[in-house]
Amino acid sequence: MAKSSLDKKFDQIRKREEEKTFSTKKRSRIVNKFLNNRLAVLGLIIFTIIILASIFAPLLSPYDPMRVDLRSMRQPPSFDHWFGTDSTGRDVFTRVLFGGRVSIFIGLGSAILSAVVGIAVGCYAGYKGGWIDVIALRISEIFMSFPQIILVLLLVSITGQSLFNLMAIFILTGWGGMYRLARARMLSLREEEYVQALRSFGLSTFTICYKHMLPNALSPIMVNITLSTAMFILTEAGLSFLGLGVPLNIPTWGNILNVAQDILILQNYWWMWGPVGIVISVFVLCVNFIGDGLRDSTDPSQQG
Amino acid sequence: MKKEILKLRGVKVHFPVQAGVFNRVVGHVLAVDGVDLDIFRGEVLGLAGESGCGKTTLGKAILRLVEPTDGEVKYISQDDNETELTSLEKKDMDPFRKKLQIVFQDPHSSLNPSFTIFGSLQDPLKKFGIKSKEERRKIIGDLLEAVNMRREYMDRYPHEFSGGQRQRIGIVRALCLEPELIVCDEAVSALDVSIQAQVLKLLMQLKKEKNLTYLFITHDLSVTEYLCDRIAVMYLGRIVELCDSEDLYNNTLHPYSEALISAIPVADLDKQTKRIVLEGDVPSPVNPPKGCPFHPRCPKATDICKTEVPTLKKYSTNGNEHYASCHLIDLPEIS
Repeated sequence: MAKSSLDKKFDQIRKREEEKTFSTKKRSRIVNKFLNNRLAVLGLIIFTIIILASIFAPLLSPYDPMRVDLRSMRQPPSFDHWFGTDSTGRDVFTRVLFGGRVSIFIGLGSAILSAVVGIAVGCYAGYKGGWIDVIALRISEIFMSFPQIILVLLLVSITGQSLFNLMAIFILTGWGGMYRLARARMLSLREEEYVQALRSFGLSTFTICYKHMLPNALSPIMVNITLSTAMFILTEAGLSFLGLGVPLNIPTWGNILNVAQDILILQNYWWMWGPVGIVISVFVLCVNFIGDGLRDSTDPSQQG
Repeated sequence: MKKEILKLRGVKVHFPVQAGVFNRVVGHVLAVDGVDLDIFRGEVLGLAGESGCGKTTLGKAILRLVEPTDGEVKYISQDDNETELTSLEKKDMDPFRKKLQIVFQDPHSSLNPSFTIFGSLQDPLKKFGIKSKEERRKIIGDLLEAVNMRREYMDRYPHEFSGGQRQRIGIVRALCLEPELIVCDEAVSALDVSIQAQVLKLLMQLKKEKNLTYLFITHDLSVTEYLCDRIAVMYLGRIVELCDSEDLYNNTLHPYSEALISAIPVADLDKQTKRIVLEGDVPSPVNPPKGCPFHPRCPKATDICKTEVPTLKKYSTNGNEHYASCHLIDLPEIS
């Protein structure tokens, strides 16, 4: 009987499998899935552009973000000043670039660090259970029940405004959410039979919970990291807008927005707050797209 | 001469029941309540009973996946060294972890979805001293071939396999450290019938090749009939009957076993079987009934059943040892 074309196709697949020509493709499985998600790729591109532009800010702009130039105050956007200048003649475009450095550092840094703390505690406590879990849970509740603004006010009044105070507060108030997420996933995962099987081999707690269970708990955490990056950037902007965040002389996206407190500027000089507002929104949106893409691509049981 | 591999003596597993604001312990679920059992080297011992009777918990207690509350689990090595497992420290347990393994019921949750087959199987091998990656790949590849799967499958993810294939991978995992005893915890219950037969055949073939001992936990007596040398029937955390599998079907002593056997479907229209239908549900293991735990549902129960707990006594049927715990057996007890 003649082989159908489908049979031949299967034979070819089998042959390639035996020759292990599939192995190169396997490595990039996650990458492939991520690249198939158009929004995520778009997000990643814009995200990279903004980050690179911030890093290479001195090469992209001839101006000093701090230098006051009283001869060119409040100029609208032009070829010399792409986003115009502010009330003291500083180039807004340059300030947005340099501000990105600090804002992104605070946002990503706080999100990643609080995730690291939250995951480290949550995985272990969630897997082990018992009194470790109870204590960790109570501590996280204490931290989460403090209003962030009050904590910031408290610390600012004690130690003064600084970037690291802000990050410390973000981490202190942020790890609880990550911890709870990680713990909740671990609680359901530890009853899975593959975990029981690992235990029946007597593998160490660390190997079981950080190596074998964590990857399965990671996808909601990944999304949460991106969401909280966005949230921290917005909070930083909000706090700086109120004058509580990063010291005013350091350009951050929030500090640039700060000028919009003045009703005169809000009404007449849109370029001082408009572009930076858009940059913040676009960046936050991109980060969320990336988070979505990551979640879908790291889930091995989802095809796409 | 039959040699034991495991001796269970008075094994109990009690789970605390907590209630109220402060999680006060208000009672215990007596999941396993005093089990004495010998498992001999090279046999297939079936452990049957309806759901909730503690079969799985007993299996897990042997491996210390659930810590026994009380009692002894003794492992006897090939050169007759006895070791009590339940009192060992975690670290000292390792050499015995190698000897005792488990195959799980649900093929869908028994493999880690984020790792390839090789990825999730290699850590135990690494732990037990197989350092080179080539060697680990060889061991897993050989075992995959032993369960009639392709060697290349080790680089695939679990979601790419069917239920039967996953179950065979579960068997590979149990086999990878060359164990002596495998607890098959309802290993085929989640599979459809044709695949069940395939996996059972495979298990029997592996048993022959590798001199394995099985503790075969199941609720399906029709499976045990063909598979097991001896069968233990559990009810509410206790063993009520233990005998050679033929004797269980031909010379049933305990009324509960009778009821279970009468429930096996027979593929013969002319054959009229007397169906014993048990009334009601399994009583709660939190406070089991006084006297014989089976008496509220037993069709033959008398007054003595309501007050006195029967113990597992030794009888003889067909010249074989036959243990049962029932007041109403009129055979002579053997000491």
